[in-house]
This record gives sequence, structure tokens and C-alpha cells, in this order.
Amino acid sequence: MSSSSTSIMDNLFQRSLEDLIKGFRLQLLGESNFISRALEEIRREIKVTDLSTKSTALHKLSYLAALHGVDMSWAAFHAVEVVSSPRFQHKRIGYQAITQSFHEQTSVLLLITNQVRKDLNSANEYEVSLALECLSRIGTHDLARDLTPEVFTLLGSSKAFVKKKAIGVVLRVFEKYPDAVKVCFKRLVENLESSDPQILSAVVGVFCELATRDPGSCLPLAPELYKVLVDSRNNWVLIKVLKIFAKLASIEPRLGKKVAEPICEHMRRTVAKSLVFECIRTVVSSLSDHEAAVKLAVAKIREFLVEDDPNLKYLGLNALSIVAPKHLWAVLENKEAVVKALSDEDPNVKLEALHLLMSMVNEDNVSEISRILMNYALKSDPLFCNEIIFSVLSACSRNAYEIIVDFDWYVSLLGEMARIPHCQRGEEIEHQLIDIGMRVRDARPQLVRVSWALLIDPALLGNLFLHPILSASAWVSGEYVEFCKNPYETVEALLQPRTGLLPPSIRAVYIHSAFKVLVFCLRSYFSAEESTLSFSAQEFSSASSSMNAFTYESILNLVNVIELGLGPLSGTHDVEVQERAKNVLGYIGMIKQELAEKLNLQDNETEVFRVTAFMEDVFSEELGPVSATAQEKVCVPGGLELKENLGDLEEICGEFLKPVESDSVSDTDKISFSVSKLRIRDQQEASSSSSPPHEASSLLAEHRKRHGMYYLPSQKDDPDNNGTPNDYPLANELANEISPDPFNPKKKPNQSKQRPVVVKLEEGDESRNPPQAKLDIETVNDDEYLSRAIQSALLVKNKGKEKDKHETNLNSGQHEKDESSRIEDQQNSEKKKKKKKKKKNGERSSKHKSRGRNVVASASEQVIIPDYLL
Amino acid sequence: MTCLIMLASGIHFVLLVSRQGKVRLTKWYSPYAQKERSKVIRELSGVILNRGPKLCNFVEWRGYKVVYKRYASLYFCMCIDQEDNELEVLEIIHHYVEILDRYFGSVCELDLIFNFHKAYYILDELLIAGELQESSKKTVARIISAQDQLVEVAKEEASSISNIIAQATK
Repeated sequence: MSSSSTSIMDNLFQRSLEDLIKGFRLQLLGESNFISRALEEIRREIKVTDLSTKSTALHKLSYLAALHGVDMSWAAFHAVEVVSSPRFQHKRIGYQAITQSFHEQTSVLLLITNQVRKDLNSANEYEVSLALECLSRIGTHDLARDLTPEVFTLLGSSKAFVKKKAIGVVLRVFEKYPDAVKVCFKRLVENLESSDPQILSAVVGVFCELATRDPGSCLPLAPELYKVLVDSRNNWVLIKVLKIFAKLASIEPRLGKKVAEPICEHMRRTVAKSLVFECIRTVVSSLSDHEAAVKLAVAKIREFLVEDDPNLKYLGLNALSIVAPKHLWAVLENKEAVVKALSDEDPNVKLEALHLLMSMVNEDNVSEISRILMNYALKSDPLFCNEIIFSVLSACSRNAYEIIVDFDWYVSLLGEMARIPHCQRGEEIEHQLIDIGMRVRDARPQLVRVSWALLIDPALLGNLFLHPILSASAWVSGEYVEFCKNPYETVEALLQPRTGLLPPSIRAVYIHSAFKVLVFCLRSYFSAEESTLSFSAQEFSSASSSMNAFTYESILNLVNVIELGLGPLSGTHDVEVQERAKNVLGYIGMIKQELAEKLNLQDNETEVFRVTAFMEDVFSEELGPVSATAQEKVCVPGGLELKENLGDLEEICGEFLKPVESDSVSDTDKISFSVSKLRIRDQQEASSSSSPPHEASSLLAEHRKRHGMYYLPSQKDDPDNNGTPNDYPLANELANEISPDPFNPKKKPNQSKQRPVVVKLEEGDESRNPPQAKLDIETVNDDEYLSRAIQSALLVKNKGKEKDKHETNLNSGQHEKDESSRIEDQQNSEKKKKKKKKKKNGERSSKHKSRGRNVVASASEQVIIPDYLL
Repeated sequence: MTCLIMLASGIHFVLLVSRQGKVRLTKWYSPYAQKERSKVIRELSGVILNRGPKLCNFVEWRGYKVVYKRYASLYFCMCIDQEDNELEVLEIIHHYVEILDRYFGSVCELDLIFNFHKAYYILDELLIAGELQESSKKTVARIISAQDQLVEVAKEEASSISNIIAQATK
């Protein structure tokens, strides 16, 4: 008595869902406080025995879970209790809670099997519908297995309301329990001929999903589906059927011929844009070999593109990008519309248009398209602007700049990009500037011009995103200084005060480039001195514009500028910058005195001359691109033990450090350290510009001799022969194996400018495609299992049909019996194999009776489409 | 997780968000954990609420497409696969709104706030397992009102005085 009276009190004074919602809107506690209070209340109420109190509590909980993300997994058992109530409104609340919160791992899931079965068998169709909905959402393997008979019965229900829901559930059941296919498939297929549009729509939806997973399994149904395609006027149904045929046509090309005409018919007839779009997509993705169909589809796409509706515009562009790879003409025909879409206010439309535009880029139109895009980039928002820049960069650099003929133009374009205010793709531009410098010899003069223009602009130094570009420009100006028109200005630009804004690593590049320029200037001054002495100091400014025209004053001036600019940096905190600066200062310190003493340095024997010539040699070694697979080319020698403990490394390192210490100069002499050592080299060697720096390689060779076991053998020579100094593979030795890009024969002869040679490595130049993501093995297995089940079910179906044809007169009850026996059988799956075998035999024996419509199918064989359709 | 999501077909989830970013309805046809759900809602409402009025109704999101449409102060969003038909889903959304409108009599956000469960039941009659199951507005309306009646009758029975007395003296 007391317990029931409290339950009444609870019932009477319980807050309903509406109270909760109202309370929520008026609360002053703060959202999370209010929720935790409400949860406390719910926890109390949900424990009482009275089902209506319990269900109201559960209802409130589902509300909080759905809209406020409250966890409700703790109430799983209570949901099961509520579902078992005889009242519909309780059941409804319970089932809603279950579908919302249960998942495969919910432990109380086992408890609902019987309840769901009871409700599936209920006379109340709304209760059946609740149970079906629940099953469609949370069905597990066990549930699907145990409830297959009920679902099968409902598939034959006379109430369309129940039947269509049962069809909707079937997919989940098949997925979780593929053996159910054997039982239910036939009834499912029968519904393809249903006159009720809702049922037809539901069943086509199921086949659409099955076809997505495994097109082969639906292929035998092509005749039935074809009939639907031709006869149906329901757009929902047609869209699904089209999706199925898109899948089927991709595995059975003969089918495409058959369906192309009806699809075109729908495209011409219908006014529903969704159906038109589905037709278009089917044609462009799966029937792209059917000329007439594609033409019609492209015409329809054009209609979409000129519409004002942004949705249609977007979808039109989308369809174009599907058609682009096979029918580029379709894109070219609509080029205007695509370009216009670039200025659309919708970023999605713009992006789609950009991708399309990039898909049609080739060597003839690359400059035109790039020019259009650069104009758009200038006036776009930062996001889209960078999207444009990135697209252009990646399209142009594809496959070692395949589509670029005029590199002067492209290099200028890169320079232009750097000046677009929103440009944030500095790193990519940096990479390409250097890459082109190394690969394309003919582009170097222009490259230096562009770099120079970037370097002398002090405004660019303030933009963080451009620093990589400036770094590349500095490198290019130093490396290819021989093309520089005005080295003096370059040095000034490299040492301008605002370079303090650069990060140290880039500053180091700047200083090193200035070093290279200085060496080049001195060298050309000396060689000019040799031949002529005619320039006077007054002509400095005009003479400096032409190469090899340095006067004594200009050189002195240059040295002073560098010394002045780098002086403060010798005390900087960053070691890299400091070291670079000190290298240059040391060099200057060494030559300056002599330079100051003698006005004319014709004498080849002077120290300055020798050192400069040597430095020139150091810098003149050309860098080439390195293949991405260079490391792989070095084969691992037999004796190399990569996993050995490196315990004796200490000992070796100690040994290694000693000689260096003894060789090294005292601290005071530090600046001239690097230079003084270089004097060892004799002049003859120094004058031959192509020889590699001997100093380094001889040191290396020595080291190698001593610790040969830690070296990889050089690639070309015998392993025994590794003592000689020159066989150590240099970093870019592999670049010697480069092959010049063969001149493309398909190029038009009337091209005004020949494409310069682009250095391209034999292989592995492009980074390889990442391995395709593997499909989840489990899913594949599931799908395989499912498709196998469907194939064997189809076997049954066809057998059944034949039987129907031949035996309706004899025994109409036979068929029903057949099915019911199958239901029983599905429960003991051990017999499965035997049965399959039996069926196969049965089919074989009945073959002679069939009218050529039997389908050869077995668990392992691919299903073959019946021929008469084609 | 991704493997599980693949299993679901058609529409992956339905989301109703107000212009202020308040969630009004969520329905998940693919298994998302509770945490994942909140994350999805946050991410998507951030994307969709910030889009201007004259833009297209599709957003690409995590390899899926989200089709959304704004009705008064509410955004109706449905998430589908890449190859699904966007226009069809747009029609489904419109369909749903029309049914709601018919049921509530020119529906407004408050109707959905206070009758959140009703909105669910209607959605359940419209979609099953992420697929459209009923394209007739009339049929959905009829089914929903039949169910409402079922509940009303039961409620009257339950709340009658005699019933309470019977329960108390049980």
C-alpha cells in the first residue's frame, strides 16, 4: 500500500516533459545546473514501479540526451522495462529511447529480443511499426538472426504500412545476418512488381544499397529493374533505379546500350530537376561511351549552369567535373560559364569552378587560364585566393612542368604570385623557384631578374608568408650570379637593414648569397683586368649595368658595403648567421689589405687572385635535382650490420676528433680558419673550374679509409676499390644520370618558342602515389558473405520461378511449403552447405526445363546477366 | 567507427538547428557515440550558420555532403554520401517541413520546442533506416493522427479517477 501510494504521489506531482521544457526556458540556474537537477529527479522517478511515471522520466531523459548531449546509457535497462509495457504511448517512448541510445555493445540488448518479437507479431500495426523501426536502427547479428522469421512474415503482410517498413528493415537484417537473404530475398524481389509506389520505392531503395555494396549480386535482376525504369513515373523510384543502373552498367557494359535510351527519354521528359540531375550523373559517370546520351547530358548541364539557382549551378559544375576526364570538349564548350562562376558569391561554387578550370589546362591555354586566375586571385578573399594560387602552382608543376613551354613567362608568374597581397603559399613558390633553377638552364636569366626584383623590394620583407620566397630569391641571385645585371644592387638588397626581419636561417642564406656575389665580382674584375684597363672610376654607374665591367673603385666600394653590412652580425646570437657573416668577413679581411695596396692587380700570382679563383671554384659546382629514390639506389652491402649495437662508437668518435683538434688553428686565428686551409691547393687545380673541391673529398677519403666498415660502397665501383679519393658518391652525383627531357613530338610546329630542356630524372622524380587505403577487411568479408548469400538466393529465386511456371497447375500449395521449410532450415546453419549443394544440383537437373532464363550462379562464380535482355 | 558508419545507407543523420545555434532535433541513422554527436553538431552548425542567404544548400564535410535548408529561424540539415542526390534530399527536407506545417498548422520553432517528440514521430514515419519510406503527405498525417488518438484514449483511461483509485487500492 505504501509503495503504491508514493507511486501515485510521484505520478501526480511528476513534472511532465512539457514542464521540463518550460522550466528550461525560464530557469535562472544556468543550463548545466538545471540539467543536473533534472537528471537527479529523473534518476529518482525512473526507479519507481509505476510504468507511466517511469516512461515520463525516460521521455525527459531522451529529450535531454537528444538536445543537450546528456549521457543516457545508464538508463538502458529502464528503457527495456518501459518497452514491455502494454500501453502504446509507453512503448513508443521506450522504443524511441532504445533507438536513440543503444549500440552493439549495450549489454541489455539481449533482453529485448522477445519483446521485439512480440511486438512484431502484434495485431496493432503501430506497435509493429515501432518494433521494425527499432530493429532497423539497432539490429545486431543475434537480433537479425532470431527475428528473421518475423520479418519474413511481415514482408508478406497485407498492410502496405507494415510491409514497406519491413522492406526498409530488411537491409539491416541482411547486413547483420546474411543467411537471412536465403529466406527473404524472393519476397523482396516479388515486390519489384508491386503496384504500390511506396512499396516499390522501398524495395528499390534496398536494391540500390545492395548494388552499391556489390553490383554483381543485383545483375540478374536487371530485367525487372529495367521494367521499373521504363514504366515508373515516380521520381523517387526512378532516382533509385538510376543509381542501381549506374552501378550495374559499370560492371556490365552491354547493359549501358540498353538503358541509355530510356534514361535519355526521362531526361527529355521530366521537369523534376532532381531526376534530371540523377540522369545526368548516371550518364556522365557510367555511360560516358554513349555519344548521344553524353551530348544530351551536357546540354542539360548547360541548362543548369545558366540557371540563377546556386544549387543547380553547383551541381552543374559538379557534373562537368565528372565528365571532364573523358570528354574535355564538354568543359571547353562551357568555359564561359565556368569562368563566370569564379566570381560567384558562393565559395563552394567558386571552388568547383576552379577545379574544373584546372582540369582543362594544357600547354596551349595555360598562360591564358593563369592570367584569368591571377586576376581573380587579386580580388578574392584570402582563402579562395590561396586556393587559386595553389591550383595554378600544382597544375603547372605537374610531372616536371610538363605543360610549361615558356619558362620565362612562368618564372615571371611566380614573381607575380609573390606580390598578390593574400599570398600564403610561400613555401611552394620557394620550392619551384629553386627547382626550376636547377632543372631548366635556359630559365636562369629570367629567374635572376625576377629574384632581383623581389629582393630589392623592402616592402616584401615585412610579410611573414613571403619569407620562403625571398630565401629562394636570395639563393638564386647568389647561385646564378653570372646572369645578374647589377651585382652591386643585389648585394645592397641582400644586406639592407630590413633583412633583420627575416628568421636567422633565411638570413644566413642572404649572407651566403652576398658572399657568392662578392666572389663573382672579384673574379670578373680580375679577368677584366687581364684584358683591358680602359674603364675609369667615373663610369662606374653606367658600366655596372653590363657584366665584367668592374672598376677598382666599384670593387672597393662593394667590399666596403659588405663589410659594413656584416660587421654587426659577427656578434649576433644565432650561430648560423654569425658563422656565415664571419666567413665573409674573414675572406674580406684576407683580401682587403692587398686590394688596398695595389691599384692594379694584373699579377696572377697575388694571394687575392688565388683565393678568389679558388672560392669561385667552390661555388661553381652546379647543383642538380636529386631523385626522390636516390637513397634506394644505394644498395646495402653484404657485410653491413644495421642493427648492431653501436657501443664502440665512442671509441671511434674519440679517434676521429683528435686529428681535427691538432689540425685546428688557435682561437684568435678563427676567422681565417676556413680560408687559410685552402691555400694548400695549387694554382693549377684551382683554375680548372669543374673539379670538385679536393680538400673535402680527400679528408673524406681518409676518414673512409680508416672506418671503411661504416661506409656504403660506392655505387659504380667494386667494393674493393673504395680507397681512391674520387669514388665517394657525392650528394648529387646521381644527377649525372639525368636524361634530358625528350622533345615532345606531338607539339605543334608553329610554336614560336622552343621549350627549353627540363632536367628530369629517370624515375621516382614524382613522389609516388600513396598506397590506396585498404578497405576494412571485416567489411569486405561481410559484403562478400552478403553477396554470396544473394547469389545463392537468386539461384533459389529462379529455380522457384521455373517451378512456379511448371507446377502452378499441379500443386499450388507446394510453393508455400517450400518456403516454410526454408525458414526452419535457416535456424540450423550447419546444414547450410549441404543445402546449397543440393540447390545447385537441383538447378542443374531442372535446366532442361527452363526457357533459357536460368541464371548460372554459384557461391564462387560471378553472376552472368541473362542474354535476352541485351 | 568508420567501418560502422559505412553500414548505414542514405541519410546518415538529421539535424535541426536554430539560427542561434540551439539544437532542436537530432536523429542519427549511423552509429555515432555521444561525444562524436556533440562534436558533429558543433562543427556543422559552425559551418552552416555562417553561410550567407543566397548560397547553394550543400556543404562538403568530412567526405560527406550535408544538405541544409533554412526555414524561418530553423536550419534543417541532412548528411548524405558523396554520390547521393542532393536535390532529392532537398525535396525530402521540404517534404518534412510541409508535413510539420500541416500537422501543427503553420509550424514555428516553438511548436518544435514544445512538441519535440512529435517532430520525432513524424520523422520516423517519413524515413526508415535513412531511406524515404513515405512520400505521401496525407498518409503521414493520417498515420500520426491515428497514433495520437491511440495515445489520447489510453491517457483518458489512465487519468480517470476510478483508475487512480483502482491503482491505489491494488
